Amino acid sequence: MRATSQAFLENAERALGDVQLQRALENVPRGFVTKRAAARARLPEFDALRDEARAIKDHVLANLDLYLEEYERKVVEAGGHVHWAASSAEARAIIVDILNAAGARRVTKGKSMVSEEMALNEALVPQGFEVTETDLGEYLIQLRGETPSHIIAPAVHLNKEQVATDFRRHHRALPAGRPLHEPSALVAEARQVLREKFLAADAGITGANFLVAETGSAVIVTNEGNGDLTQTLARVHIVVASLEKIVPTLEDTTTILRLLARSATGQECATYTTFSCGPRRPGDVDGPEEYHVVLLDNGRSELLASDFRPILRCIRCGACMNHCPVYQAVGGHAYGWVYPGPVGAVLTPALIGIAEAAPLPEASTFCGRCEEVCPMQIPLPGLLRKWRMRAHEAQAPGTTPWQGRLALRAWGWLARHPRLYQLAARLGVGIARGFWARYGRLVGAPFTSAWTRYRDLPAPEGGTFQARWRRHQRHRQLSSAQWRHKGPGQ
Amino acid sequence: MRPQRPETAASARTAGSAGRTANGGQSPHVGLFVTCLVDLMRPSVGFAAVKLLEEAGCRVSVPRTQTCCGQPAYNSGDCAEAARIARQVVEAFEPFDYVVAPSGSCAGMLKRHYPALLAGGAIAPERVAAFAAKVHELTAFLVDVLGVERINARHDGRVTYHDSCSCLRELGIREQPRRLLRSIKGLELVELARPEECCGFGGLFSVKYGAISNAIVARKAADITATGAPLVLAGDLGCLLNIKGKLRREGRAVSVRHIAEVLAGMTDAPAIGEE
Repeated sequence: MRATSQAFLENAERALGDVQLQRALENVPRGFVTKRAAARARLPEFDALRDEARAIKDHVLANLDLYLEEYERKVVEAGGHVHWAASSAEARAIIVDILNAAGARRVTKGKSMVSEEMALNEALVPQGFEVTETDLGEYLIQLRGETPSHIIAPAVHLNKEQVATDFRRHHRALPAGRPLHEPSALVAEARQVLREKFLAADAGITGANFLVAETGSAVIVTNEGNGDLTQTLARVHIVVASLEKIVPTLEDTTTILRLLARSATGQECATYTTFSCGPRRPGDVDGPEEYHVVLLDNGRSELLASDFRPILRCIRCGACMNHCPVYQAVGGHAYGWVYPGPVGAVLTPALIGIAEAAPLPEASTFCGRCEEVCPMQIPLPGLLRKWRMRAHEAQAPGTTPWQGRLALRAWGWLARHPRLYQLAARLGVGIARGFWARYGRLVGAPFTSAWTRYRDLPAPEGGTFQARWRRHQRHRQLSSAQWRHKGPGQ
Repeated sequence: MRPQRPETAASARTAGSAGRTANGGQSPHVGLFVTCLVDLMRPSVGFAAVKLLEEAGCRVSVPRTQTCCGQPAYNSGDCAEAARIARQVVEAFEPFDYVVAPSGSCAGMLKRHYPALLAGGAIAPERVAAFAAKVHELTAFLVDVLGVERINARHDGRVTYHDSCSCLRELGIREQPRRLLRSIKGLELVELARPEECCGFGGLFSVKYGAISNAIVARKAADITATGAPLVLAGDLGCLLNIKGKLRREGRAVSVRHIAEVLAGMTDAPAIGEE
C-alpha cells in the first residue's frame, strides 16, 4: 500500500473532524484499557512473566539464525516447505507461484498483519485470485476497500450501522427485509457468507503469532475460529510470518501466550489457540495436502543489528496503541501505513524509511504509557526518541520546519548564555505582560498562534523568578543586617 | 501580588527529620532548579518551593547560571545542543547536597536522561551519575528525603490533582503529593476519573501537533470539570498552562495552581492565568 505517513498531521486533523470515527474511537479506552487492567490485576505474577517473556525474546534475537534454521528443519521433517523472502515483493512472488503450482484460485485468509505489510491482496486480486478475508473485522474492511486501523481490531473505526449498510450492498442473497440491527444478526450474516468461502477454498493463508523452533509449529491466536477453518479446510495452507516470530520451545510459547491475550483484550486466553504442524499425514482425517511457510525479512535483519532491536520483541498485542493518547484521539488510519500507534511509529520508519515517515516519531507526548503496558517491556518512547535523532541528523522532511529549527537554535544558544538569557527572559515577559494589559489575551501575540488556535495562553505572572529572587535576596540581607545591628526586640 | 517572605525553619510547619542530610548533620544545602517555565510564567512557584524547603530545614540557593534543562532540544532530536546545556546544568549544580525542581518533567530530564545524554562527553560518567542521584522532584524530595509527613497549612475546599506523566511514570511519584495534600486542614482531595492519562502537553508536541494536543487536553478538561472541584493542582507547569489554557477557552470556572503554592499556603496571589 502507498504510505501517507508524511501527511500524518493532515490525516490526524481529518480524523479529529470525523464525528462517526470519534464516536467509534471511544470504544478503545472503554473496552481494551479497562479489560486489560482487570486481567492484569487478576494475575499477581504478571510482571514476573513480563521479565521472563522479555528474556526469551532477547535470547531468540541474539540467536535468531540458529532458531530459524532449527525451525526450518522441523517444518521440512514434517513434510512442509519453507520459503525465505528478503522483501515484500519476493514474498508476494513466492505466494503467487505456490498458488499457481497448486492450481489454486479461491483463497481464504486468516488475519495477518504481515500480509498487510506485504500488500498481498493488492498483488493477488489483479492476477485473478478470489481472495476472502475471514476475520470478521478484516472482512468488513475488505468489503469497503479499507486497511486495518488497529492491529487486532482492524475495523474498530466502524459502527454497526455502517456494517449493515455494507452487507446490504455486497451480499446479493441477503433478503431486504431481514433486520440487521443486532450485532448477533450481523455476525450470523457474515458467518453464512464466509462458510461458503471456507468450503470452496483451494488455499488458505494465515499469519502466525509464534513459530516454535523445537516443533516446527505455527501458532495462531483468534477469537472467531476463522483461522482454524482457513488452515484446515483448504488443500494448501500457506503461513506468512516475519522472522522475529520465532520462539525456542512450546514452554516459551505458553509463557508469552499468558501475556498476549491479557495485554490485548483482557482475556485470560483467546478463544482459539491453534498449532499447525505441517501437511496432513497418512491416516489423518483432515488437514492440508501442502504446507508452506513464507518467512519475511523485509528489513528486520537490519533492525536486528541496530539500536532498534527491542522492537523485534513485539508480539502485536496492541496494548501500546490502546493506551496511547494520540492513537485514542486520531485512530489508526492517520498513521498512514500498516502499523499504527507507538509500535507503528517505531516500525514504520524502519520498514519504509525515515524520510517517508518522519512525522510519526513526533506523534507522541512521551507520556510513557505504552512502555508501561507493553508486555515485552519495549522502551517505545526511547525508540521514538532515537528516530527523532535520526530525523534531525538527516533533516528529514516533515520534522521541524526551518523556522522552528532556527528558533530552537537561537533558544539553545541563549540557554548557554545565562546572562543574555535572563535579559531576554525579562524582556519577553515584559512584552507579554504589555500585550496582555492592552488586549486582555495573548491571542495574536508573536510566536503563539500554534498554541492559541486551540487554547488560551495564560499570561505570565510578571517578572522572572531570577530577577525577583535576586531582589528578594537583597532585601533579606539588608533586613538581617539591620536585625544583627539592632539586636532582637528593638 | 508579592510573594510572602519565606519564614524560617522554626515555623509552625511540621517538617520531618530534616537532620538526615548528606553533609553530616548540617542543614542540607539545596540547589533549586527553578525550571524555565516557572522562571518565565509563574515565579510564585519558585518562591513557594523555597518556602517549603526552608521550612523543612534546608538552605536554598538559586544558581544564576541555570536556564533550562534542555528538553526542547533533546525531544526534537538535537542531542548535541541538549548535551551542551546539560553540561552547564551539571556544573552549576554539582556543589549542592541536593538538586530540587518543582517539576517532574525537568527533574526526570536531569535524573533519568542526563546520564545517557552525557555519556562519552566531557564529564565523567561517575560525576553525572552522582549528580543524577542528587536530583529530586519537589514533593518527592519533601516526603522521601526530608521525611516530611504533614503540612501545617489550611486550604478550604475541594481540589483535584493531575499527575504529570514524568512524575508518574518516569519518576514513580504517585503517593507523595497526595500524602502532603491530605495533611492540609480543610482540603478535600477528589481523584480524576482517569488520573494516569496524559494532558496532551508534551512540550513542543503541543504546538507541532496542536490539534491532537487539543483533543487530548479537552478530555482532561472534561475529567477535571466532572470532579466538581473549583481548583486543580499539578506538579508541572507545562501541564498546568495547557490545562488552564483549555479550561479558559472553554469558559470553565476552574482555577489552576501548582501544588507548591497550596502546600506553601501561598494562594493569595491570583491563580494561573487569572488577574
